[in-house]
Amino acid sequence: MKRNRTFLFTVLCFGFAFFYIPILSMIVFSFNASRLATVWGGFSTKWYVSLLSNDKVIDALVLSLQIAVVSATIATILGTMAGIALARFTKFRGRVLFSGLVTAPLIMPEVITGISSLIFFILLADWIGWPGQRGFTTITLAHITFCMVFVTTIVQARLVQSDRAIEEAAMDLGSRPWQVMFDITLPVISPAILSGWLLAFTISLDDVVISSFVTGPGSTTLPLLIWSKVKLGVTPDINALATLMILTVGVCVIVAGVVMNRAEKRRLADERLAFRNND
Amino acid sequence: MSQDGRLSRWFDLKGWILVVIGAPYVWLVAFFFFPFLIVVAMSVATNTPTAPPFSFGGEHPWVNTGAFTRIVTDGLYVRAFLTSVVNAFVAAVLCLLIGYPMALGLTRVSKSWRTILLMLVILPFWTSFLLRVYAWMGLMGKNSWFNGLLTDAWNFLVPIDWAVKSIPMMQTNFAVVLVMVYTYLPFMILPLYASLERLDPTLDEAAMDLGSRPSQVFRDVTLPQSMPGIIAGGMLVFIPAAGELVIPSLVGSASQPMIGRIISDEFAQARDWPMASAVAVALLVLMVVPTMIYSHYQAKAEGSK
Repeated sequence: MKRNRTFLFTVLCFGFAFFYIPILSMIVFSFNASRLATVWGGFSTKWYVSLLSNDKVIDALVLSLQIAVVSATIATILGTMAGIALARFTKFRGRVLFSGLVTAPLIMPEVITGISSLIFFILLADWIGWPGQRGFTTITLAHITFCMVFVTTIVQARLVQSDRAIEEAAMDLGSRPWQVMFDITLPVISPAILSGWLLAFTISLDDVVISSFVTGPGSTTLPLLIWSKVKLGVTPDINALATLMILTVGVCVIVAGVVMNRAEKRRLADERLAFRNND
Repeated sequence: MSQDGRLSRWFDLKGWILVVIGAPYVWLVAFFFFPFLIVVAMSVATNTPTAPPFSFGGEHPWVNTGAFTRIVTDGLYVRAFLTSVVNAFVAAVLCLLIGYPMALGLTRVSKSWRTILLMLVILPFWTSFLLRVYAWMGLMGKNSWFNGLLTDAWNFLVPIDWAVKSIPMMQTNFAVVLVMVYTYLPFMILPLYASLERLDPTLDEAAMDLGSRPSQVFRDVTLPQSMPGIIAGGMLVFIPAAGELVIPSLVGSASQPMIGRIISDEFAQARDWPMASAVAVALLVLMVVPTMIYSHYQAKAEGSK
């Protein structure tokens, strides 16, 4: 048993080294003075300066954030509706196709989703003259479509676990079905909706493949900008960009962790207090 | 009853259900299902030098299966399918071999460490996928410290005649598999952890008390019970890996392309929409098999809960 433990511990150490050495290496080389991105030539922050003074990078970041906020919000609304539909309405015409449509984008290779969306937009423009130009609109539409199914998966899982008794009680007390949804169901699943939005936001912000197909001239998202630079090889300013992104994500995750931890502690304290008052 | 009252009654009973089901339904049909049907139809169209570059008809009215014939007969496509399947399969197996002990290790550490370590598994997943691929481009390149380290190790171990200046890693299938393992490993660890965490530790103890050696306990108790996690993790790695475009484009070999790159090149460079669509349809057919296995096991796991 002792030897077993040592083995598992060693694998864990190597596993995390495998996860983080490439990232750490990227961070270290972002402070490299040399133009050669992989040969150390002294400490410098010049790549950060050149990165932050690059208008193209800032524009791409703003565009990516806009697309991510809009598509995550619409995807969350539609995805939540689909989750409620699948978890609460067990019988309706076309349910089999519907649940298939909700699962398919999850396993569909991105290349195929990208190509089918692009062909669809080109033919649509041919038939009805819209969308006239590919860019913000087409990227957002495509992102909504493949982000919403992730929201649905989360919301549906949460609804299946949740207790239906409260909803039935409200119904018995005379609430209309849509009132039950707004007053009971949605508040109960609000954590799932929030994590759905965050997931949709991250997926949209991170997408390269689908965006690369449905984008048009002048609409370069941040991943597309990175993609076009990285194809040509390793460049030091991308190291700096990666470091900033990792820093942002790291800070967000730590803040979220602390906030959740505090909320959990407060909840436990409240529960203890409630018990004491009952005694 | 007034018109207004009737409308609100209709909304109460049926209308709101119609909205809740209808809105996402219509959206998915319009922006996912319909485009997909276009691709399926496109796969039997004929490539023409017009804009858009296809037409239905030609010698065989409406249906032209030429693209599918080419997929089966042209070695390029057969090889690309084989490369994709082999790369994805090797990546899934390696993820399992690394991920299983890691997931098992995660269930054995203390509760507070577990939260932190799980967070560390998920954290790379929240950073950009593209940048995680890029990180390896930096490590594998000819002049990098990592490649230098491996080269030194190689030169130290092998006879002097085999010595090399640097190890050619970029633009190989090795690089593709390595980066796939790196980027998809969390997809293997998380479902494995979920299924291993649920296991009852007293079963292990019972098996030990009955005289099993630790290796037997693993083979007879732990492994069979974690099968749903293995299948789920395997599929979560294999399916996206087989259709991968970014990784083979950045670190893969141009002479041995994977199927995702073929689809993209046929479409964007050759401007052969029917061919690209046919390869896409073939890839989907290929994916249906593992997906069926996955959902079969998934249903079984749900049923046994």
